[in-house]
Amino acid sequence: MYDVLLIPVQEAPLPTCLPVFSYRVTAGFPSPATDELEGLFDLNRLLFRHPDATYLVRVMGESMAGAEIHAGDLLAVDKHLEADHGHIVVAVVDGDCTVKRLERKGDTWWLMPANPAFRPYQIQTGEELHIWGVVTHVVHELIPGKLTALLLSRD
Amino acid sequence: MFGLIDCNNFYVSCERVFQPRLEGRPVVVLSNNDGCIISRSAEAKALGLKMGDPYFQVKAQLQREQVQVFSSNYTLYGDMSRRVMHYLGATVPSVEVYSIDEAFLDLSGLQRHLMPYLGDLDALARQVRAGVRARTGIPVCVGVAPTKTLAKLANRLAKKDTALAGVLYLDSAERRAWALGQVAVGDVWGVGRQYAQKLTAAGVDSAADLARVSEAWARKHLGGVVGARLVRELQGFPCAGLAPSEDGTLHRQSISCSRTFGRPLRERELVLGAVASFVARAAEKLRRQGELAHVLTVFISKNRFGPDADAAGGHSRSAVLTLPVPTSDTRELTARAGQLLARLWEPGAVYVKAGVVLAGLEAPGGQQLGLFEAAPAAQAATTEPRGAQLMATLDGLNERFGRGTVRLAAALGPKGGGPVPWQGQAAWRTPAYTTRLEDLLTVS
Repeated sequence: MYDVLLIPVQEAPLPTCLPVFSYRVTAGFPSPATDELEGLFDLNRLLFRHPDATYLVRVMGESMAGAEIHAGDLLAVDKHLEADHGHIVVAVVDGDCTVKRLERKGDTWWLMPANPAFRPYQIQTGEELHIWGVVTHVVHELIPGKLTALLLSRD
Repeated sequence: MFGLIDCNNFYVSCERVFQPRLEGRPVVVLSNNDGCIISRSAEAKALGLKMGDPYFQVKAQLQREQVQVFSSNYTLYGDMSRRVMHYLGATVPSVEVYSIDEAFLDLSGLQRHLMPYLGDLDALARQVRAGVRARTGIPVCVGVAPTKTLAKLANRLAKKDTALAGVLYLDSAERRAWALGQVAVGDVWGVGRQYAQKLTAAGVDSAADLARVSEAWARKHLGGVVGARLVRELQGFPCAGLAPSEDGTLHRQSISCSRTFGRPLRERELVLGAVASFVARAAEKLRRQGELAHVLTVFISKNRFGPDADAAGGHSRSAVLTLPVPTSDTRELTARAGQLLARLWEPGAVYVKAGVVLAGLEAPGGQQLGLFEAAPAAQAATTEPRGAQLMATLDGLNERFGRGTVRLAAALGPKGGGPVPWQGQAAWRTPAYTTRLEDLLTVS
């Protein structure tokens, strides 16, 4: 069973266009709703625990397809969170950033892809692995829009 | 107590956050127009590269030593700076953003308050240092001392001496005395090159020597009350608190915009185009600050090294105009700047740089009436509201659709399009990793 909670999203105010050449502007009646406006709904605040430590990155390739992370998606990466077993992280391997699931198996730590076509990477003991940040959210486009266009323009 | 937090090799550090493979390798960042070195990694410093080295002079060495070279990417540095400053603001009671990579912290009263929880200001400084590192990936050093001048000095030592692990707290008189002895007088905050020469000639070599001079001596030889304050600050008596910050809370006293051109220009309309675009940028900042400017300055510079550089060394000329009525209207300012440029223009000369400065800033409403100007009421009825409205629309469009979407025709490039010749070169600029959708870091 799915629980779907509908959150009322305040509509963004219409872009205000100032009449450039008109001499005088009459303001009209104030909207009766302005008193009830509780401030606009800010996704950043809702989603990101540390907005100033959160960076958006883009996904290339399908190594995490099994974790619903696909090419072209945006990831919100929190640099402040401490990475732990089970987190999906952005890690630096040989100087390159890669997104994988961090897993501990017994005494060993692994960077696990979520796609059988890719090989797991074992973190050698003593190897100083640099965790760039912890992935907190995925932005995946369901109706082709800007992200899809961007992905197509890259290919 | 004051703290000074300073990011290590800030521009290079920003680049490294998004290109981790550069860790441990020599990296430099060049100034506007790829002119000279303005940021160096520790490895680049070890190679003997200096701040301000012109790129063309060290090009061969950079290639030989495989130094990674970047053009400056202020979009990226600005966003990373914002993140650092925002964190500082959320962590300590009061912050003065001193520059893009430096901030003073007011820690007065914290000592007693923190003792039961954290221990010492030392611990707080270490926590702040780790916090910035964790949130941005940027390494910083922290100096803590009773005055701003001493905090700056402590920071300098924290940066130099790796044994201090990036934090130095000058909590006792003994420690302060030791620190003062470590720093040459020329490296004290507020001592310029000329004063440094004068001081060394007078036998004042270290900061410790300077802290020992009498107030009368400081007044006489170090520019009066400014010098006396400097000495008091070194002795541990605070003479300055936090100043309002650069991040919008500060009302700037003057606003300037200047750039070196992408190539030397001898055509007047191109230089005028450059000046007009600088005016537009400065006026936009002025309006954001909600003020009007009284004084407009335009300057243009000839090539200092070129064949037609002045024998007298005057390669730069400026003209100042006091406006009859203060304004923030781009059209008015552009027209006036054009007149000033006409005054400065020497036909046949080749120019490499121009700039505008808006000064004498004041809030609207408090103006002196002009004897020969229309009375404000009459003026308001004709030009003012429409002008203000037009400027508001202009700013709104440029904010929404990108800087420079709507411009005065004077600030457009040459006929037939093509790159704007006064825009600087940046051959090795990295993407705006944090602020542009198209430029985000990619992970596989």
